[in-house]
Amino acid sequence: MLQKVYDWVDERLDITPLWRDVADHEVPEHVNPAHHFSAFVYCFGGLTFFITVIQILSGMFLAMYYAPDIVNAWESVYYLQNQVAFGVIVRGMHHWGASLVIVMMFLHTLRVFFQGAYKKPRELNWVVGVLIFGVMLGLGFTGYLLPWDMKAVFATKVGIQIAETIPVIGPIAKTFLSSGEIIGAQTLTRFFAIHVFFLPAALLALMGAHFIMIRKQGISGPL
Amino acid sequence: MSKEDISRRQFLNYTLTGVGGFMAAGVLMPMVRFAIDPVLAKEANQDMVAVTEVAKIGDEPKRFNFKIKQKDGWYESEVTLSAWVYKNGKGEINALSPVCKHLGCTIDWNTDPGHPNQFYCPCHGGRYTKDGTNVKGTPPLAPLDVYESKVKDGKLYLGKAKPRKGA
Ligand code: FES
Repeated sequence: MLQKVYDWVDERLDITPLWRDVADHEVPEHVNPAHHFSAFVYCFGGLTFFITVIQILSGMFLAMYYAPDIVNAWESVYYLQNQVAFGVIVRGMHHWGASLVIVMMFLHTLRVFFQGAYKKPRELNWVVGVLIFGVMLGLGFTGYLLPWDMKAVFATKVGIQIAETIPVIGPIAKTFLSSGEIIGAQTLTRFFAIHVFFLPAALLALMGAHFIMIRKQGISGPL
Repeated sequence: MSKEDISRRQFLNYTLTGVGGFMAAGVLMPMVRFAIDPVLAKEANQDMVAVTEVAKIGDEPKRFNFKIKQKDGWYESEVTLSAWVYKNGKGEINALSPVCKHLGCTIDWNTDPGHPNQFYCPCHGGRYTKDGTNVKGTPPLAPLDVYESKVKDGKLYLGKAKPRKGA
């Protein structure tokens, strides 16, 4: 049945080359943990991507219940975690995944660094990787405020005051981030928008560039 | 079953699809259950609340407002409902919901000059007779819901509006 649907579409649109081009490529021996166990270090990038997918999915579902508003934010998080079936698990995925994705990304960065995989011709991909690192930290920072509990608010105060210490543009950065003088209603809506729209869009674009460059240049050779 | 029945490639395909499917299901199952929770939640019950003194109820439908406590997720509030209440020929109290059974507008009593002594819905001209039966040829396809009611200490108590079958 599925095969027939696929054939029907393929006959008309010739979709096979599209996915073949993505899926059909050899995994070099030196990155295959089945050949050399130590090659597991090559998995960190893929694991980062895998957790990112889980973050995006769990985040989309959490947004079904979350209210980005100082009166309701905490209550809605409390409700979705304690009253809604599997709320603990879905929020747990997003909460723990947020830390794990940064750990994995860090390990991936270390691998690339110590193997010298960033050297010519892959310098540009290193630059994009560093941008992804920044976006991920931004996602962590903005997401931390959303539950709107004491820890969230004070962590954000600290973070915004760190931003204030940037020379020259510090005060502007502070006002921009907190959306005014007060860290309150407008900070929360602003962080929400950054967390669910701006940074994910940037992340997807950067990850697309990251992967296209890998396919173009291939994985760096064995040491 | 001979050895040729399943190739190495097929075996790998099946195992990988199986393992991948299992992992995807493990990730998605909690999220989907989380999302459909409102569909599976059971209906909240609602306490009967005192609406009016029985003595104030006449033969002509009259609108009475009453307040109920409502829980909407994390938001709790008091909302005002209303009921069209009257005594029918046998002296029984009838309390009708004002929600039109067509698409949910609010009906009113005796406001259509062309059809006196009927409930009238301004949205698409739905009409109901005094006992709430929908008039054939107007949009609504069911009679008005009736509130669960009881009389205690000379007061009328109303609960949930329940749909009924009919015309
Ligand atoms: S909603 Fe009342 S007639 Fe359509």
